[in-house]
Amino acid sequence: MLGDLLALLAGDRRADRVVPPTGFTARLTVFASAAMAFLAVFALALSLATGRLAERWSEELARSSTIRISAPPGQVEVQTQAVLRILATTPGVASARALSAAEQRALLEPWFGPDLDLSALPVPQLIDVVETAEGFDAEGLRLRLAAEAPGAVLDDHTRWRRPLVAAAGRLEALGLMSLALIGGATAAMIVLAASAALAANARVIRVLRLVGARDVYIARAFVRRFTLRSMAGAGAGTLAGMAAVALLPEPGPEASFLTGLGFVGAGWLAPLAIPALAGAVAFAATRFAAFRTLKGLT
Amino acid sequence: MIEFRDVAYSYGGGELLTGITLSLAPGSFHFLTGPSGVGKTTFLKLCYAELIATAGTIEIFGQDTRSMSRDAIARLRQRVGVVHQDCEFLDHLPVDENIALPLTVSGREAQIGNDLDELLAWVGLRERRHALPPELSGGERQRAALARAVITSPELIIADEPTGNIDWEMSLKLLKLLIELNRLGKTVLIATHDLNLIRAARAAQASARVLRIRNRRVEPAGAEL
Ligand SMILES: Nc1ncnc2c1ncn2[C@@H]1O[C@H](COP(=O)(O)OP(=O)(O)O)[C@@H](O)[C@H]1O
Ligand SMILES: [Mg+2]
Repeated sequence: MLGDLLALLAGDRRADRVVPPTGFTARLTVFASAAMAFLAVFALALSLATGRLAERWSEELARSSTIRISAPPGQVEVQTQAVLRILATTPGVASARALSAAEQRALLEPWFGPDLDLSALPVPQLIDVVETAEGFDAEGLRLRLAAEAPGAVLDDHTRWRRPLVAAAGRLEALGLMSLALIGGATAAMIVLAASAALAANARVIRVLRLVGARDVYIARAFVRRFTLRSMAGAGAGTLAGMAAVALLPEPGPEASFLTGLGFVGAGWLAPLAIPALAGAVAFAATRFAAFRTLKGLT
Repeated sequence: MIEFRDVAYSYGGGELLTGITLSLAPGSFHFLTGPSGVGKTTFLKLCYAELIATAGTIEIFGQDTRSMSRDAIARLRQRVGVVHQDCEFLDHLPVDENIALPLTVSGREAQIGNDLDELLAWVGLRERRHALPPELSGGERQRAALARAVITSPELIIADEPTGNIDWEMSLKLLKLLIELNRLGKTVLIATHDLNLIRAARAAQASARVLRIRNRRVEPAGAEL
């Protein structure tokens, strides 16, 4: 099999000529491979992008929830201590910590500039809560906070972000499944095209067998052809797909919470594997079709 | 070289050939004759494993054709030169590439060259070497088929009515080529219903033997030929 692959890449013009040109199936193979490669680029972009998204979101998920305390100036410190006490005894809370004034200023800096005097503003005190893997009971915590620290509000972003992470993960899996389906459809299409080409050349194959050609020799002539065509078609389709992805509008920095659908950095190399994969699929598919058909001919 | 042991063949109806036991020795020269439809082509096809006996065993080069793999049959055919009765070619390749085909498909391209030119001259197709097979006359096809059969210098040459479409002069020339190859040690088996050809061959090659198909059996022909 490996020897065949090497012989195939080395090429053999004379052996190619023993099978007449198969114009129609040839063009269909090139076209179908190009179309499949084009689709594969998007499926790949989708699964890479959703993979990035899921990773980013779950990172933030793991980070924290936030409790905001808005109270008259004299009350803030008391309520903060009360909240920290509650959190220390809440199951599912790994750690909790009040942000310092400097940290809060850093958070606000992008909006108000560096010269902000926090004490002049009724800025709520923030408490960073890190959950354990199981998470805490948000409703129970809210009830206790309402009773002991009426100014505290639990900002529970994990609750709405978790299904998003799950959806992104699912979308990534769907993208990968689409890639597999595209590969399978390409294989099926090439098996059909190669079988048609073989059937159309039954007389040629008969003559070749009569003069002593072995099945591998005959198969190779077809395999080489379909593999090269499929790679050429897939190459064109991949370039077109990559160009289309490159031309997608960029999300601005405000949307950094989302992620661009395109490829990032070395990710641009990933679609270049598509033509090689198409070639491998065509090689295996044509080989399968050829040996199956040849066994039925004398 | 070829051993038939109690061989029978049937295309599905009654047995066309039956009870055949014979052997073709290496270096022998045989004609096979009999009226049209008697089974000459069928017998030859059994000799190069295009057909497999329905009963009995046939050994070619010491191998039982019934148990041979497709690959083994291909390799066997690389050692046998066959002029098929229907002379099929690859219609998209010119005559010279068709004649060289047995070398091409068996990885012996390097041998194509002088042999091919000489052979083209021998069969009188030098001028027609770039023609496509569909452009050839019946006689030209048969000459090309003979050239294709002998280009590998095979140990065994089987020809099915090789002179059916050629004039007498060219027939003698082809016969001379086959006799020449036989003198070089090749085994030759020719099916023909042309008794004149057989007589001419016996005049030139005293060791030529004649087999005849009669009553579904292959038997040595008497001296009446
Ligand atoms: N593929 C086939 N299927 C069924 N019958 C066949 C087939 N080939 C030949 N025959 C029959 O077998 C008989 C012998 O044919 P063949 O061997 O070609 O005779 P010959 O070469 O002596 O003229 C004929 O009656 C022919 O019709
Ligand atoms: Mg015949």
